[in-house]
Amino acid sequence: MTIKNRFIISLILSLPMLVEMVTKPFGLMLPGGNWTMFVLTTGVMVLSARPFIQSAWAAFRHHHADMDTLVAVGTATAYLYSIYAMLTGKAVFFESAAFVVTFILLGQYFEEKMKHAASGAVEKLVNLQAKEAEVLRNGQLISVPLNDVAVGDIIRVKPGQKIAVDGTITEGTSTIDESMVTGESMPVTKQAGDAVIGATINGTGTFLFKAGKVGDDTLLAQIVEMVKKVQTSHAPIQKTVDRVADIFVPAVLIAAILTFTVWYVFLGASLVNAMLFAVSVVIIACPCALGIATPTALMVGTGRSAKLGILIKNGEVLEMANRIKTVVFDKTGTITAGQPQVTDVVGDRKQVLQLAASLEATSEHPLATAILAAAKTDNLTPKVVADFQALQGKGVQATLEGQRAFIGNTKLLTDNQLTPNLQAQMTQLQAAAKTVVLVGLNDQVIGLIAIQDAPKPSSATAIAALKKCGLRTVMLTGDNQRVSQAIADQVGIDEVIADVLPADKAAAVERLQATGPVAFVGDGINDAPALTTADVGIAMGSGTDIAIESGGIVLVKNDLLDVVRALELSQKTFSRIKLNLFWAFIYNTLGIPVAAGIFAGIGLMLSPELAGLGMAFSSFSVVASSLLLNKSKLTTTVAA
Amino acid sequence: MDKLFVLLIAAAAIAFIAWWFFGKHTTTAVSADMVTTDKQDVDVAVSGGYSPSTVVLKRGVPAQITFNRKDPSTCLEQVVFPDFGINEFLPKDENHAITIDTSKPGEYDYACGMNMFHGKVIIK
Repeated sequence: MTIKNRFIISLILSLPMLVEMVTKPFGLMLPGGNWTMFVLTTGVMVLSARPFIQSAWAAFRHHHADMDTLVAVGTATAYLYSIYAMLTGKAVFFESAAFVVTFILLGQYFEEKMKHAASGAVEKLVNLQAKEAEVLRNGQLISVPLNDVAVGDIIRVKPGQKIAVDGTITEGTSTIDESMVTGESMPVTKQAGDAVIGATINGTGTFLFKAGKVGDDTLLAQIVEMVKKVQTSHAPIQKTVDRVADIFVPAVLIAAILTFTVWYVFLGASLVNAMLFAVSVVIIACPCALGIATPTALMVGTGRSAKLGILIKNGEVLEMANRIKTVVFDKTGTITAGQPQVTDVVGDRKQVLQLAASLEATSEHPLATAILAAAKTDNLTPKVVADFQALQGKGVQATLEGQRAFIGNTKLLTDNQLTPNLQAQMTQLQAAAKTVVLVGLNDQVIGLIAIQDAPKPSSATAIAALKKCGLRTVMLTGDNQRVSQAIADQVGIDEVIADVLPADKAAAVERLQATGPVAFVGDGINDAPALTTADVGIAMGSGTDIAIESGGIVLVKNDLLDVVRALELSQKTFSRIKLNLFWAFIYNTLGIPVAAGIFAGIGLMLSPELAGLGMAFSSFSVVASSLLLNKSKLTTTVAA
Repeated sequence: MDKLFVLLIAAAAIAFIAWWFFGKHTTTAVSADMVTTDKQDVDVAVSGGYSPSTVVLKRGVPAQITFNRKDPSTCLEQVVFPDFGINEFLPKDENHAITIDTSKPGEYDYACGMNMFHGKVIIK
């Protein structure tokens, strides 16, 4: 029988007794008196309460006691005593047993419904998965189930369709809505060579892509796996709770016996009253609110963060994230975009860029890539050059439309001329930690191009937000001091540790740990040791396997603001756990003395019915408080 | 006289509870049966706890633990292995097999949905 049915049965059977409780003062009684009550309550005990008793007995044989034990002992005592009282003509309290069962089932019913709502995150993620894909087989596009898609398959995606697996576009362009996986709300434009993520939705164009990862290797599958793990993990605080809960129930039974004995033997209370006090103690003490305080908050908190593209690995990480004093950032790819970009062009922009692009057209040097990208955005096409010649350690030169053209660093200056004006601008750009390239024609430098790995647009905002939370920010990089300091000044980092070899990053993190717990934010590939050493490793972006392995928190998007959101969500979730535990504990610890009748002298007492209602309410309030986490405001809010 | 009698019974009951719940009671570990050389199976009955509560599995051999829940308690309807990321619903009075990854040796605790009942898997 389901909880819902058990609840309905006990509610229907209890209702007449509830009505009688109200009408009794007016002289209206149930027909049949005690015998009617006996029949109704027997129905409740047999149909609705039997599972409690069965579980309690099974647990007892395992030397174990749980909440069912308390419910069973409490209601059975009330019921059996009432039968004895009825037969010997004393006052009965059948209704107590019936009401307690009803209220507890009500609490369990709500709890079940809400737990279902809280654990929905994994299910929602799994449902994102596409069901089938159009795969190119033997020159023809055929529709196959998702499981039959293999690595290397060419898959066609039409507008509005779901992308089946992770891969790389081979043909066509489109805009893709990746919000369900990365939390990024704007559609992203993708073309041949760009990576696509399974379960995201294709927007406007049709394209072909080659499957790179299928089945359990896809990003979505890994996210699902991580969310599953964290939702079943326990925060360290839970271990203390468990130890308490294990000895709690037997201790309560002992307390109930003591209550009865003290009232009956030493204070001379009647058998009925002593019994009522004891039963109230048993009922109020149920530690079930304690048991669900942590898991429900953890489920809701991590489920919400997963929707934002923030994956928290386990409860331990979540608890640790609250104690962080310092946040250490890797520079390249974390604070900066990781790709050098042209920031300034000195001289005639069109002419300088055109010339530079023509000379660098075939080069794969990162600086060349930056120049070509800048030329492309300006709609300049490189011209064909002749007599191409690399000048070792200086740059390159070639003949363009009959003139000697060159591009390179300051070492070229011995042979070429630089005007004082350009000289001054070059010094200025270099002071701003930019790499300056000279562009010239016929022995005369005609312009300068400044290139820099610029900070991401959101970096400064994110760091300001962290500092506002009282965190120390540190940048750890292998780059030289001058360049690093310039970047640090732009985004507002407190402290720079430059010239650190990749292998020494972990040691640097260790030194910082002397002043308090440290979070390390990196992009995962060469940062793996530092990510593992830090108290909380935050791996950014790109969803590489190594990042997912070594980070305690994985950010699907490549956005520093997510670091702020991750820390904030962990804080919110953890404080909710503590709040839940506080309420669950306070409820039990205050409830027991009141139920035992310690305050009876001042008229403060709990009947077993009230105790049952209170217990139902306590589970209910803990789950509701966890669900409220979904609604709590984030300072760096984005649409969840 | 009545009261003295009640007092004695209460004292005896308290002593019994303390002994029954807090005393040391041994549980026996049960090793999985090797169905064939490449598969191992073990049955665990779920009724007021897990019996046997400790299961020993051989490392590297694919393993299945078949749970059969006889207990109506809502607490026991979920079984959670935090280390493996398993959180599954156990249908009442039905066999429900859970596959365990035996690649890493060690002791893995599992528990019911409310973390009140505990069991253990030892992989060696």
